[in-house]
Amino acid sequence: MPTKLARVAFGAFIQKEWKHIFRDRKTILILFGMPLVQILIFGFALSNEVKHARIAVFDQSNDSFSRELVKRLDASRHFDVVSRLDHPTAVQDAFKAGNIRLVVVIPAGFENALRAFHQAPLQLLADGSDPNLGTTVVHYASAIVGASQEELLEHHSLPYGFETELRMMFNPQLEAAYNFVPGVMAMILLLICAMMTSVAIVREKEHGNMEVLLVSPVKPLWIILAKTIPYLVLSTANICSILLLSYFVLDVPVKGSVPLLIGGSLIFTVTALSLGMFVSSIAHTQTVAMFGTLVGLFLPSLMFSDFMFPVDNMPEPLRILSYALPSRWYFYIVKSVMIKGLGLEGIWKELLILSGMTLVLLFVSIRKFDNRLAL
Amino acid sequence: MKGNPVIRANDLTRRFGNFVAVDRISFEVHPGELFGFLGANGAGKTTAMRMLSGLIRPTSGTAIVLGYDVYRQSEAIKRSIGYMSQRFSLYEDLTIMENIRFYGGIYGLNAHLLSQRADEMLTQLDLKHQRDQLVRSLPTGWRQKLAFAVAILHRPRLVFLDEPTGGVDPIVRREFWEWILDYVAQGNTVFATTHYMDEAEYCSRLSVMVNGRIAAIGSPLELRGHFGVHDMEELFLNLAASTGT
Amino acid sequence: MKVRVIMAMIRKEFAQFFRDPANIRMLIVMPVVQLLLLPLAADYEVKSVRVCIVDSDHSPLSHELTAKIAANPHMHVGCKAESFEQALEGMERDEIDIALLIPAHFERDLVRNQNPVLSASVHAVNGQRASVGSQYLLQILADFNNKVRMNWLQLPKFNPVPLVDITHTYLYNPRMDYPSYMVPGILVILLTMVGFSLASMNLVREKEIGTIEQINVSPVRKSEFILGKLIPFWILGLVVLTLGLGIAAVFYGIYPRGSVGTIYAFASLYLLAILGLALLLSAFAQTQQQVMLVSYFVMMIFILLSGLYTSVESMPPWAQMTTHLNPVAHFIVVIRMVVLKGSTLSDILPHVGAMAAMAGILLPLAIWSYRKHF
Repeated sequence: MPTKLARVAFGAFIQKEWKHIFRDRKTILILFGMPLVQILIFGFALSNEVKHARIAVFDQSNDSFSRELVKRLDASRHFDVVSRLDHPTAVQDAFKAGNIRLVVVIPAGFENALRAFHQAPLQLLADGSDPNLGTTVVHYASAIVGASQEELLEHHSLPYGFETELRMMFNPQLEAAYNFVPGVMAMILLLICAMMTSVAIVREKEHGNMEVLLVSPVKPLWIILAKTIPYLVLSTANICSILLLSYFVLDVPVKGSVPLLIGGSLIFTVTALSLGMFVSSIAHTQTVAMFGTLVGLFLPSLMFSDFMFPVDNMPEPLRILSYALPSRWYFYIVKSVMIKGLGLEGIWKELLILSGMTLVLLFVSIRKFDNRLAL
Repeated sequence: MKGNPVIRANDLTRRFGNFVAVDRISFEVHPGELFGFLGANGAGKTTAMRMLSGLIRPTSGTAIVLGYDVYRQSEAIKRSIGYMSQRFSLYEDLTIMENIRFYGGIYGLNAHLLSQRADEMLTQLDLKHQRDQLVRSLPTGWRQKLAFAVAILHRPRLVFLDEPTGGVDPIVRREFWEWILDYVAQGNTVFATTHYMDEAEYCSRLSVMVNGRIAAIGSPLELRGHFGVHDMEELFLNLAASTGT
Repeated sequence: MKVRVIMAMIRKEFAQFFRDPANIRMLIVMPVVQLLLLPLAADYEVKSVRVCIVDSDHSPLSHELTAKIAANPHMHVGCKAESFEQALEGMERDEIDIALLIPAHFERDLVRNQNPVLSASVHAVNGQRASVGSQYLLQILADFNNKVRMNWLQLPKFNPVPLVDITHTYLYNPRMDYPSYMVPGILVILLTMVGFSLASMNLVREKEIGTIEQINVSPVRKSEFILGKLIPFWILGLVVLTLGLGIAAVFYGIYPRGSVGTIYAFASLYLLAILGLALLLSAFAQTQQQVMLVSYFVMMIFILLSGLYTSVESMPPWAQMTTHLNPVAHFIVVIRMVVLKGSTLSDILPHVGAMAAMAGILLPLAIWSYRKHF
């Protein structure tokens, strides 16, 4: 049990940290404003669906069917036909200038071949330098061509057909924000908590204040806690504002229980704070602490949390690595509660994993601080 | 001794919001003087010094330093003065020599002059063998001496010293002041602030600042005689008591 | 402007930087590790769709359909769900991407030409993955239906319906390998992070420690000061670029098709712009924590809207407009053009112009906003 003196001192420490943060209007503005701006920007801007990709057409047939096909490609929201080529050499040039994603090559006698032989070739030349975009564009174009041929050519309904009824679960409109909002939430919380605390603690070290604090009647553990509590409060406010924005502005539903979502977010916030403490127990300067969190946490979290790139595609070692990232588990929790509407029974394992990580991180960083004190 | 004053301040004032840090001070400093600004913490000494050295703009009043106007010609002032700030001004993660090279460099000293002056200086400071040691590892007294040496590396005619002996033990403090007197004896002018009353005795003239105003100005002898006190400490306590009420 | 003054500042910055071994580790080790790890992950092609087939028909035809789906390289059939509900529970746990129900009497209804209906539920939190995955499945089902129909109708070899035979070719990256696309982009990100964060924190650190006052009281000009702060990080940035290009060549076998000189020329301009921005931001910050927060947010916006992770084409028009003002987006486009397509200086001229304009605005602005007196 801490003594009364220690309790009073602990309170004083928290007050000191609180004043540090709140006296500084700029920082407060950034801490509250930026996450909101980001969730808005990314909620509206981030998407994997390709819209208005610039494509070119090399139509050597120029018959009624090919013209209709080009018209349909242009009318689709995925494509804008920006140029019509008249020579094979123009294809290379169109790509080199860098803004054409796809060239549709229609051979001479296209419609005739289709009517006479029920078969005609069509070539799609895609810019593969961005493989993700390349496959997506080919995919869209094939779907448009496929749909057009059925509608345009007299299509007698054939016997022995079956149909497939598709149901898009959790996200019927295939909104990109459903996927990105949970991801961006993880990014923002991770970085506010981890980066801000690590830098705040290292700052005391850098300025030589740590020794002064450590000789006070408060144990190192409490000093560190005092530094983190204001950020915990700030993050809670941020979680609420992000959720409100997502719900009212981005139309992302909260299907599950709100308290559960906030509870899970708080656990993740504590994990992120302890990550920050861990970084600060290693780093000696603020520069190193910032760079460490940025390159060591931000980039991997962005890449390996399953919200940008599917973890299942990755080589085995990377997949294992992704299990070590708290943001991956948090992304799963948010997605499950917010989008799928699962209850505690669906996410208890993930919550336990986050809690376990937090305990390990706290244990290791407090050991490190204590050891330094003994030196 | 006569000739144009090195510093001439007239009703110099600086406010921070509602707080008047320096309140209409007027004084002159003449060539070859060691001029002291004596006062408690927060009396406005540092603010006054920062205005004179071109670091902050006055709110009102005028000041001419080395013939340059502090409003319009602050960069010209900076070329001709040396400055040693209250906060530690050397880079702790650089060696002694690296610090000298850097500060020499930003004052535009060429390599030859720089190494010549560095040699002189390190000999005088008896730091020749420590030249490649990190500043961090030096005791406080040595660091302050080094900071002063660096501040006069470009041989300025006027040097501002802001609390130069803060946190330094008495023996080193005495050495330090003797060194400053030495520099003044070479015909230079030094403007120093301090809150150590005993140090005021080193000054040729001094002004006592209380709450942003100059409460008294003169040589230590004149001031003692005029106010009928034995030492500066007593003088200062008297002045603080009279203006405080 | 005096060269001697700037040189003195540059020397000092390097001395400080290399004094701390942590800085060197940061500069060398981190980018290397990142470049080795990250590109392997950056692949959002839907390679494997986990399908759970709930077969309520148990007919030869439904077994045939199951086998046909399982044989497709994109499909991974491997669940043990007894019922459709069970399959949906698996989907809630993210174990299944598509649950496909083959209804009872599927074969019988098909033979009787009664148009049986399969139902497929698709995990759609990630809309892009859902649409691609379901397209794969629908394609397989359509093929299967055609085959069944042809067998039963005894049609001639001739196509029963007119069919456009679509072939596709990927230019510039025919094997569609992700590293050659991601590595140059990630290199840009690392360059940005190193340059931006180091430079912005460096200046504010001097404010925090108080050494900046000693510089402010010296005759150093604003332009000399900003250049003295900028050049060291400009050089470090080019070092990171060299390191990265080396890794790209050694580990990934990526050699720029265009000229390396073009990349360096553009990178030099790019670094001027972002370092100018970093120094501009640090003029307004008092603590390292502040400047770090702001530069983190600026970087996050630049990076996520740069077209590296999600393509610029998928953004709404207003967001596409912002990429013209986003230096990271310009550099990513340029480095991909030069590395993958062999574009030359004349191809990237508009980007060079944009970058020069940014540098031309940001640098003077940084110099102007740095204050030597208050």
